Amino acid sequence: MEAVPPRARAYVACVVLAALVCLLPLSVTRTPWWTVALLAVVYAGCRYFARRTLAGPFYPVLLAAAFLLPPAAAALVPLPGVLLARAGQRPEALRRIWQAAQLVLAVGAASRAHRALGGREAVVASDFPYALVPAGAAVLAFCLVLTALDGGIRGLAERMPVHRAWPGMFTRSLAPIGVHGLAGLMMAVLWCSPYGPVAALLVLLPMCVSWWAYAQYHRERAAHQSTIRALVQAVDLKDGYTRGHSERVGRASMMIARELGMDDERVEVLRFAGILHDVGKLGVPTRLLRKDGPLTPEERRVIELHPEYGHEMVRGISFLGEARSAILHHHERLDGSGYPYGLRGTQIPESARVVAVADAFDAMTSTRSYRRARPVDAALEELKRCAGAQFDPRMVAALARALDRYGWHPAVTAEDGASAAASSSPPLSSASGREEARR
Amino acid sequence: MSRSVLLVLIRGSAALVALLSLGVTLWTGVQERGAALAFGVLVLVGELARWSGTDAREAAPLGAAGALSYALLGEDAGRASHHGVFQTVAVVLGACLLGSVPRLARGEEQALDHLTRRILTVAFAAVCFQPLYGAGVFRDWIGPAYALLLLALLVLTALCGAVLSAVSAHCRTGWPFGPLLREELRGLLGIGSAVCATGAVMALAVAVAGLWALPVFSLPLLLTQLSLRRYAAVRSTYRQTIASLARATEVAGYTPPGHARRVAALSRAVGRELGMTEPELTVLEHAALMHDIGQLSLVDPVPAGATAGLPAEQQRRIALLGGAVVRQTGVDARVAVVVERQADPCPEQPLPARIVRTVNAYEEKVHGAGPGGSLKALEELRLAAEHAPDVVEALARVLSRDGPASPPVG
Repeated sequence: MEAVPPRARAYVACVVLAALVCLLPLSVTRTPWWTVALLAVVYAGCRYFARRTLAGPFYPVLLAAAFLLPPAAAALVPLPGVLLARAGQRPEALRRIWQAAQLVLAVGAASRAHRALGGREAVVASDFPYALVPAGAAVLAFCLVLTALDGGIRGLAERMPVHRAWPGMFTRSLAPIGVHGLAGLMMAVLWCSPYGPVAALLVLLPMCVSWWAYAQYHRERAAHQSTIRALVQAVDLKDGYTRGHSERVGRASMMIARELGMDDERVEVLRFAGILHDVGKLGVPTRLLRKDGPLTPEERRVIELHPEYGHEMVRGISFLGEARSAILHHHERLDGSGYPYGLRGTQIPESARVVAVADAFDAMTSTRSYRRARPVDAALEELKRCAGAQFDPRMVAALARALDRYGWHPAVTAEDGASAAASSSPPLSSASGREEARR
Repeated sequence: MSRSVLLVLIRGSAALVALLSLGVTLWTGVQERGAALAFGVLVLVGELARWSGTDAREAAPLGAAGALSYALLGEDAGRASHHGVFQTVAVVLGACLLGSVPRLARGEEQALDHLTRRILTVAFAAVCFQPLYGAGVFRDWIGPAYALLLLALLVLTALCGAVLSAVSAHCRTGWPFGPLLREELRGLLGIGSAVCATGAVMALAVAVAGLWALPVFSLPLLLTQLSLRRYAAVRSTYRQTIASLARATEVAGYTPPGHARRVAALSRAVGRELGMTEPELTVLEHAALMHDIGQLSLVDPVPAGATAGLPAEQQRRIALLGGAVVRQTGVDARVAVVVERQADPCPEQPLPARIVRTVNAYEEKVHGAGPGGSLKALEELRLAAEHAPDVVEALARVLSRDGPASPPVG
């Protein structure tokens, strides 16, 4: 959204106009200003807190406002919070105005739906379970307006196919907003009770903790991912030429897995399998990895231990699942002449067969100190020739199809040549991998 | 000896309260069965949805909040309720027992501790509230003041609960009491505050809206519980990954098998002995796991990975290389500092770095030494100038308590 197209600007202007119309009845009706002010302050505080912890959106206060106030007054509540907080992305002012208008319309719609079904009286009399019906309608209206407006701006500014993306956006946001709606309903009921706003604000505390845990979860997950990357970089430290190789094998494995129709979770596991397939090289003495000239049979045997070393290292990481056996078996061959166990055919785990193809493909298509990279087509030809004896033809065909559809964009190739030249060492086991691919 | 007496005392009083409540409730019958059943189910659901994380302070926040709100329940949809202290404890006890049958069957000592704590805190809250409420003492507290009163009672209960768990953890493990209590109090700020607020809100909401308030509000809280659980899961995955990264040196044959894990466990125990807080202990543990990682950058391995015997200059070079690797990993930068400075001269080192150095040296000396190696190693550490005396003494205390063969895990 760096450069905003004119039609998107016009769209935002229309939405802002609609929001102003929504706020117009304020001048006519009697407004409980104290309630509006208190809720607006609480919402602004929550947004400020949210910006610091980088958590997701927070709607209980807005929905409570929709349950408590007439539409125009409820629509006023999000304004100070949105207009004062930084949006964080450019164009700053436009984003703030857009968000404010969007929330004004959504809260207004929710409040209208709630009133229409007699929600106001149900909340004041705390008439359960009937109070859940207007609250449910309000949540539905809120969600509908929010995602519809979102879909519109994305369609105009990012040229997203809205009619296909919108049902997904709606159903995804319905469950979390529904839970926020329940908290909002409890707030509204307590607000109207003799215990007053003090009790209502207590509802927010557990929601805030949930929110904090969510933010922590994302932070920790990011740290975890960079640690995985570090395992890979530690291999680089020993062995300069593999730079970027692991990430690319991860990407190729993912493409194959997706082409084979595996579910998302398995695709992710296979990406990790690709990224970590050579992690066992950490266990091979650096002197061997960097050796100039041909390797003796003894040295080759030591290097061929790396799948077992890798498996030994990642054994304790439970989320890797079948990626662990892929790491152990990625040098097995279909005809049984691979290592470490000489498995053949379907004895080799499916994940390992995927990674083997991805590994060989990237080894052939990236530049090494002793030769240029081969074009993708030539590498595919080579893979197809070895399919059956060394590689699983199903995986090779899947890779070919995926490449046909999406192409191959190795992002890290530029650095490849430089680092390989700097290390000025012949490659080790993937030298054998390449020889195997040629045979 | 006094520690185990204290533990028996705590558990005994919990058992006494439980038996007394059960007996009285059976004798007098259950008042307001609907409310009793609803709260019982709520506590049961909370208990079943709990998780058994290693560092979960309150593993079943929904169960805790439900139990406390039952203890503080004065009205149900405007009608005064008459369940007393005994019925409160009996209902919570029944639900907790049902919910922790699988855990108790497996003989988990933590489940017993959890139960003890739940019974005593609920009994405390109920004793503070129910008799006074029944006698009409709170009649003048109306509206917001009543809400704040409930909150204050819950905060008091939470404080008592924190002291109780610190005492029983101290009795069980022998770790110093001060840091344990500090940890418990710190935990109150996070999940503890949510439990207190929810307990108060539920009691008030039931007073206003009747029992319907329970399912409506427990859904958001269940969400809290789930997101905390997910957070705990990703933490443990992270820990596994770091431990694997640490194993790289063992797999490569640079260090003996299990070395990093043993140094980490022993460092954690020593850090606890010296009064470090939980976040500091996590940094220390991660640093100890990765303290040898710099050896991966060496072209030739050090014999048996024994870095403590190398010249100081080379030790520092390996430490710096290790710090460089850790910095790349996205692990907390404080971990990298500890790894980097583990070989600096002792007076300039931060405390975690001193601990890692001393424990590493001890581990290397003991490894492969026969019986009596532990005492000899400690003696050598006391004489060596590069080890801080207070760290060595803390190590000696930990070893004499837990036995040199099995440093405490976790």
